[in-house]
Amino acid sequence: MEQNKVLPDGLDTFPKLLARNAVQWAELPAYREKEYGIWQSWNWAEVAENVNALAMGYVALGLNEGDHVAIIGRNRPYLYWAMLAAQSAGAIPVPLYQDANAEEMAYVLGHCGARFVIAEDQEQVDKVLEISDQTPNVEQIIYFDKRGMRKYDHTSLNAYEDVQAEGRAGNQRLAPILAERQARLDENSTCVMLYTSGTTGKPKGVVLSNTNIIASSIASSEFDNLAPGDSVLAYLPMAWVGDFIFSIGQCCWTGFCVACPESPETMQHDLREIGPTYFFAPPRFFEGLLTNVMIRIEDASKLKKHWFHKYMDHAKRVGPDLLDGKPVSFMDRLKYRIGDFLIYSPLKNTLGLSKVRVGYTAGEAIGPEIFEFYRALGINLKQLYGQTEASVFITQQPDGEVRADTVGVPSPGVELKIGDNGEVFYRSPGTFVEYFKNPESTKDTKDAEGWVATGDAGFIEESSGHLRIIDRAKDVGKMADGTMFAPKFVENKLKFYPNILEAVVFGDGRDNCTAFINIDLGAVGNWAERNNVAYTSYQDLAAHPDVYGTIQEHIEEVNKSIAKDSMLSGCQINRFLVLHKELDADDGEMTRTRKVRRKIVADKYDDLIGALYDGSATIATETEVTYEDGRKGSISATLELRDVKMVAA
Amino acid sequence: MSDTYVTEDGRTIGPPVLEMKNITLRFGGVTAIKDISFDIREGEIRAIIGPNGAGKSSMLNVINGFYHPQEGEVWFHGKKRKPMKPYKIAHQGIARTFQNIALFKGMSTLDNIMTGRFTHMKTNLFWQAIWKGPAEREEIENREIVEKVIDFLEIQAIRKTHVGALPYGLQKRVELGRALAAQPKLLLLDEPMAGMNVEEKEDMSRFILDVNDEFGTTIALIEHDMSVVMDISDRVVVMDYGAKIGDGTPDEVRNNQDVIDAYLGVAHEEN
Repeated sequence: MEQNKVLPDGLDTFPKLLARNAVQWAELPAYREKEYGIWQSWNWAEVAENVNALAMGYVALGLNEGDHVAIIGRNRPYLYWAMLAAQSAGAIPVPLYQDANAEEMAYVLGHCGARFVIAEDQEQVDKVLEISDQTPNVEQIIYFDKRGMRKYDHTSLNAYEDVQAEGRAGNQRLAPILAERQARLDENSTCVMLYTSGTTGKPKGVVLSNTNIIASSIASSEFDNLAPGDSVLAYLPMAWVGDFIFSIGQCCWTGFCVACPESPETMQHDLREIGPTYFFAPPRFFEGLLTNVMIRIEDASKLKKHWFHKYMDHAKRVGPDLLDGKPVSFMDRLKYRIGDFLIYSPLKNTLGLSKVRVGYTAGEAIGPEIFEFYRALGINLKQLYGQTEASVFITQQPDGEVRADTVGVPSPGVELKIGDNGEVFYRSPGTFVEYFKNPESTKDTKDAEGWVATGDAGFIEESSGHLRIIDRAKDVGKMADGTMFAPKFVENKLKFYPNILEAVVFGDGRDNCTAFINIDLGAVGNWAERNNVAYTSYQDLAAHPDVYGTIQEHIEEVNKSIAKDSMLSGCQINRFLVLHKELDADDGEMTRTRKVRRKIVADKYDDLIGALYDGSATIATETEVTYEDGRKGSISATLELRDVKMVAA
Repeated sequence: MSDTYVTEDGRTIGPPVLEMKNITLRFGGVTAIKDISFDIREGEIRAIIGPNGAGKSSMLNVINGFYHPQEGEVWFHGKKRKPMKPYKIAHQGIARTFQNIALFKGMSTLDNIMTGRFTHMKTNLFWQAIWKGPAEREEIENREIVEKVIDFLEIQAIRKTHVGALPYGLQKRVELGRALAAQPKLLLLDEPMAGMNVEEKEDMSRFILDVNDEFGTTIALIEHDMSVVMDISDRVVVMDYGAKIGDGTPDEVRNNQDVIDAYLGVAHEEN
């Protein structure tokens, strides 16, 4: 790990940043929360005072240096201060997922050995008390919301404001202790520990130092010119690294304002009231929002509908170019201005995205249609690629270079390299220190030179220098001629068509690629209704020649787009069939979160895969199905297999 | 029982706030309530249960002054209460909810709950028309109390929604909110859980307990659902055919033979 100093002098810990902000931006709002129907706000001086009082209260209660302090609750200013206060008292905050079940919570609390737990309300306190026999290390619980807490045994329970009051009362005695502890902190001290959800095995505690968090915050703030006056809405889980970077890291560095919604249900409404300038949401948020808009437009009056479609078509044509500052003709600009007045501005206002200057989405692939929709409206939505181990940022898209299919260029200070198997590695000041009490995993993930394996396969596009993520590294294979095979990359492209619900692509070790397709019964059924196509069941509709024709067209389009990719042109689909049943979690073909289990599907439909590769035109098959009540049945069908046009690379 | 005592879960129950003495209520030839006496003590949750037509709602209407009994006396805070209009009784600190929701359907949740503050508003039409000054101040003060109620009942997300558009369970909660906004000394709930699903019942039970616990509000409730009543009340009055057939803690009532008969339907000798 690099030991050379990367942080500015005197600003290498959060207590120092807070002290600076309390002087420099004393009157500027730092945190807001809607409570009792009104936006309450706290300026930096007030935040510093609150944090300080709480930190002294912690010390009075017996918090030691280096202790872990667990924080459980939804996004509230008080809980962010609880984290800052832990740092001020020389301890390490560990935010937990508030919806974690008792078992997960017991594991994490036990693993980090927290002596102090800060819980938002009675519900969270109950959860902690419920598992207290498994977590003897927890000594003190501090709760914020007093409601319903009066009857509890308070020997190890404390109200947040009482702890603060005690801290204030003991100021003379406690302030020097606090100062000593803060003096011992430096850029290498642990800033925060975050548990990764971990799809396999137990969650791992990612230890991030002050350098990690502050350097990442500085670099990313400069990348997007974040400044005081910007605002964000904090609504994503506090245990997620992104929220820590936005709501503590970048907030304390740049001095922008973090607003917390009144309750999870009012998020959409609060978003509109706050009108953040900096906004992050996962793709499914944007998808859901777009679906809502389209449904409401369908219900709108004819004139509104007409205008909406007319101007949205125009926006899709010129909007992204305008946003990227590319030349656009005068007439097109004029028409866009009119559209902005009539449609785009009111729509953005309703969505709460009017003021968004920098918007990010990440986590999974976003459909190009969805992405373009928001860009067309003039919302500067960009993609980034990151993970907890990197303190979020690995790559991000600079303004003016935004595309749906890349995740951007390396963030400032990040070095990238692609492994022999196509896996993406990175090294940066944000690279995590270690997995807590887990040297083995640390060694597996981070090598001696500091390169971290992401587990994702990707490549750097030569023309633009942008990184493109294609798949999880373990799913990427090689075709018979040695070219790269990335099934998910192709499947995602297919799934962006509304008619295609699922796709499974085969080709590892083969000469060419083939695919199973599941049609979307909603979308295709709707088409059938409009075109007077009679059908009885999924199986019936799936076998319809017109449906086959449409799917074939989609696949040919996908092939064309894959052909443009020098690295992946070998992944074009040669033959396909539309499955006679929907892949289903009850049959074990998918996980409960609707991710295809590739191996199981391949084993189960062995005969179909065989037919795809032996050139036969049809195949008769019989498949066992499990009904929701557990009974088994079987369906038999004769499936058509079709060849698809491929494009020369 | 002494004047005050502390319950197992640490709440203090005070002396009676309301005493019903030998109440008899007739509608023409029908006797709805026959010579019933009981009291409601400060800080307790008191349930009135009984089969359909037992006279429970009539009893509630006697308490809040909508009906005037032909015989018997109502004592409130140690004083005999003269017959008076329901709104005057509301001024004395008794608020209620209704079996069939009685909200202003076209108004928002917020406005509906604001109407609960009506008894606390002092400015007259003149000042309200001028608005600036006392009327505005008063509105702000009262809005603050209403917002605390909204926060308490966790209905922030429907603050500005028309009540008519809300599902039944939420409407019930809004109605409770309106009663709470009046900051009553005695809260009367007429079948607060009627027509609710299990989850909604659990929520409502929680809120009733929380209201009692947080604000120390005395609560009298009528309920059909025996299991809910037994879980949340301190004492229970059981009525059948207008008469009181049991009175005591849930355990005492549960083991009372008359109550068992009334609920299991033993043949009555006369009707």
